[in-house]
Amino acid sequence: MSGSAVRKIPTAMGEIGDTLTGLIGNTPLLRLERIVPEGNLFAKAEWENPGGSTKDRPAWKIISAAERDGQLPPGKTILDATSGNTGIAYAMIGASRGYPVRLCMPASVSPARVKILQAFGAEMILTDPGLFSDGAIVKARELFSADPGRYFYADQYSNENNWKAHFETTGPEIYRQTRQSVRHFIATLGTSGTFMGVGRYLKAQDSSIQIVEVQPDSAFHGLEGMKHMESAMVPEFYDPEFADRKMAVRTEAAYAAVVALSKKEGLLVGISSGAALVAARQIAAEHPGECVVTVFPDNGLKYLSERFWSDNL
Amino acid sequence: MPAKIEIPSALQRFAGNNGAVEVPEGNVKQAMDNLIDQYADLKEHLFDDQGMIRSFVNIYLNDEDIRYEKNLDTEVKNGDVIQIVPSIAGG
Repeated sequence: MSGSAVRKIPTAMGEIGDTLTGLIGNTPLLRLERIVPEGNLFAKAEWENPGGSTKDRPAWKIISAAERDGQLPPGKTILDATSGNTGIAYAMIGASRGYPVRLCMPASVSPARVKILQAFGAEMILTDPGLFSDGAIVKARELFSADPGRYFYADQYSNENNWKAHFETTGPEIYRQTRQSVRHFIATLGTSGTFMGVGRYLKAQDSSIQIVEVQPDSAFHGLEGMKHMESAMVPEFYDPEFADRKMAVRTEAAYAAVVALSKKEGLLVGISSGAALVAARQIAAEHPGECVVTVFPDNGLKYLSERFWSDNL
Repeated sequence: MPAKIEIPSALQRFAGNNGAVEVPEGNVKQAMDNLIDQYADLKEHLFDDQGMIRSFVNIYLNDEDIRYEKNLDTEVKNGDVIQIVPSIAGG
């Protein structure tokens, strides 16, 4: 072959994933018929995204928008605070596009997540586990302030492209996949991006669709990926008045739901999916015959070292 | 200087608004029991119905996770620092 540019092999664009980021979104909507025989409860299988979680959507929207508006030129480092899944999404996308990725995260993050991030070549800065994800946020802000020219600070907790990713993709998918029949949408809160984005999209289609938020029942909880808003740094785009209904889930109830999903539905999901199920199952029971949809943010592979599993294997 | 247990901010209101509580030497189990003796309201947050540490609560002794040491039997000496850390939150 001559030294000229390599000719690209043609592919069926749009039919298969021609690029890594082309695999993001369009996840299946599963009917949870063995958990709710009524058949009115559905969950988005967000682990089908290439990075294994729903966070691929906001991470890609944040990065692609920053590339377009010049905030992320080649050579800059992507910086953010994360408890895991968003970091994996940044690391995956960053590797595929040639950006170094630096992530601040609590030192208590699970070993499986650290290994995944290392595999993608991301650099990790571990922060005081006693300060939870808020300690990581403070550290990321410090690093950015000290050397703003070096970084694109993605700031998932304040970046409007977080919730917009769900407004533009997850929301329309749910509306289409339920053939416009969705009546209740239930989302667990982390950054609140899924809740605000899908919620706003569905309300714009039909303002009578009920939007439900789910938080841990107390500031001291084990619902990895979820935030207790009253006691944590609140994401800028979270609107506490937006939900039609607010629900709280105890950690142990979410763990039991994770076990039930694996043993009854054959779905090995993450802890926030268990919390989503606890709330969504209740809504489905209260409204038989009405379509209830929730989001399962990731699968359970990263959580198998959690102690609740050793009691249930 | 006795050993101390650092109380996470979410639980400080159940521990007299203290950031740390001193406990005598022994092992981690004895230290946790001593903490509950001092502040009974902490019990429902830290222990389950069977009296076991709740499964999401991680305990570190001098920055080492006790699960990789001798768990609740891990020895606690004067000057040691015990941290109570739940799983992490948010994004």
